[in-house]
Amino acid sequence: MTPEALTGGFAAPATEAAHAFRAALEAMARPGTLHRLTGATPPAPLSPAAGALLLTLADTTTPVHLAGTVDCPAVRDWITFHTGAPFAPADQADFAVGDWAALHPLTRFRIGQPDYPDRSATLIVELPTLSATGVTLRGPGIRDTAQLSLPEIAAFRANRALFPLGFDCYFTSGDMLAALPRSTIVEEA
Amino acid sequence: MSDAYNFAYLDEQTKRMIRRAILKGIAVPGYQVPFASREMPMPYGWGTGGVQVTAACLTPDDRLKVIDQGADDTTNAVSIRKFFQRTAGVAVTEATAEATVIQTRHRIPETPLCEGQILVYQVPIPEPLRFLEPRETETRKMHELEEYGLMHVKLYEDIARHGTIATAYAYPVKVEGRYVMDPSPIPKFDNPKLSDNPAIQLFGAGREQRIYALPPYTQVISLDFEDHPFEASKAPHDCDLCGAGDSYLDEVITDDRGSRMYVCSDTDFCAGRRAAGHVGRLGQPGAAE
Repeated sequence: MTPEALTGGFAAPATEAAHAFRAALEAMARPGTLHRLTGATPPAPLSPAAGALLLTLADTTTPVHLAGTVDCPAVRDWITFHTGAPFAPADQADFAVGDWAALHPLTRFRIGQPDYPDRSATLIVELPTLSATGVTLRGPGIRDTAQLSLPEIAAFRANRALFPLGFDCYFTSGDMLAALPRSTIVEEA
Repeated sequence: MSDAYNFAYLDEQTKRMIRRAILKGIAVPGYQVPFASREMPMPYGWGTGGVQVTAACLTPDDRLKVIDQGADDTTNAVSIRKFFQRTAGVAVTEATAEATVIQTRHRIPETPLCEGQILVYQVPIPEPLRFLEPRETETRKMHELEEYGLMHVKLYEDIARHGTIATAYAYPVKVEGRYVMDPSPIPKFDNPKLSDNPAIQLFGAGREQRIYALPPYTQVISLDFEDHPFEASKAPHDCDLCGAGDSYLDEVITDDRGSRMYVCSDTDFCAGRRAAGHVGRLGQPGAAE
């Protein structure tokens, strides 16, 4: 373990995690809205927003899957030191982190069981940019419609078709955060 | 604020577990997410579920309001408000519009909520089908299969026996056309406020270990029949203190000869109206405290 892994966590864990959770809650409850998530400085290529999300939600009881370039010793050491989360293959993970291409195929992730739809994965998708433009969203949490720069449409429509099963997504870019729960209907702009 | 406890009483591991349950509840509106409810320094039935959800949501910047049947000044509300003042150091208020987090027992405030607010309900029995089917294995299967006929039979039997749907509180609702949900024992007068609400609504049942949620602008429909449509009923009176004709009323017996008065159950709403000069049948002008 490198000494860098020991740094970059929350300075005041209780209150910073509380602020981070409220941002994560608002993001998930209002799909398409953008939120700033600060306080964590994880090693590259993990973004500060994704790092803060993991610090807030992951612990020894939540297997984490790292996909693509984030699956490197520096990130693994950092997550291990700060959260204690075990690493797991995609089909066992509660949280999966990676860029959109690296997370494919998405059918690997847990979508819950018909009687326990909550037992599903949460994907943390690292995107180069994130903005409230692009595809149209509607559904719970959205008054009329919202816009979000999603990487594609088909995957989210397929996920919506599984409702109430399915995975839920956070999108992170730098310190920006947005979310797309399984309940959201995604349409062409 | 006491330094003897972690911020907002609960340890961080517990808060993470509750936060994960809340997020899954938001993602599947109306579905009851199991969570590992902790023992709290109050008895079950006094809002341990709501307190745990509130503790997981609070930040130091929040302004907390706690109501019990609409009142800010009852034992349950006062003790929970003091609990969070002591363990989280948050600001508190009795004004609905000024609060960012509102924990409630059995009412939705009369003042419309807005974006940025969180309403946390204390829930005794989260399972709407529990009194119809006592087995958890069976009710879980019924939710899985959307098998809600039994609930309609119950409402039908109400009509057969009383001529009308007699369920007056904890009136079952259907969320986004999928899950039937118990809105907690709010009067059915409050049911229309559940739907399309700009605030986040979170439900915590401590003894039963369930959390469920309604994201903002979620469609919530009270179950009914075409020929017996849902009706948000209230006592057919005006508030005797502030004169409001559109608020939910408590009936207060005032002597042993059958005299009674009706007052707003929402104390903040009633006080606000009296401060604005509204006077009811028994109110005195300028008497608002």
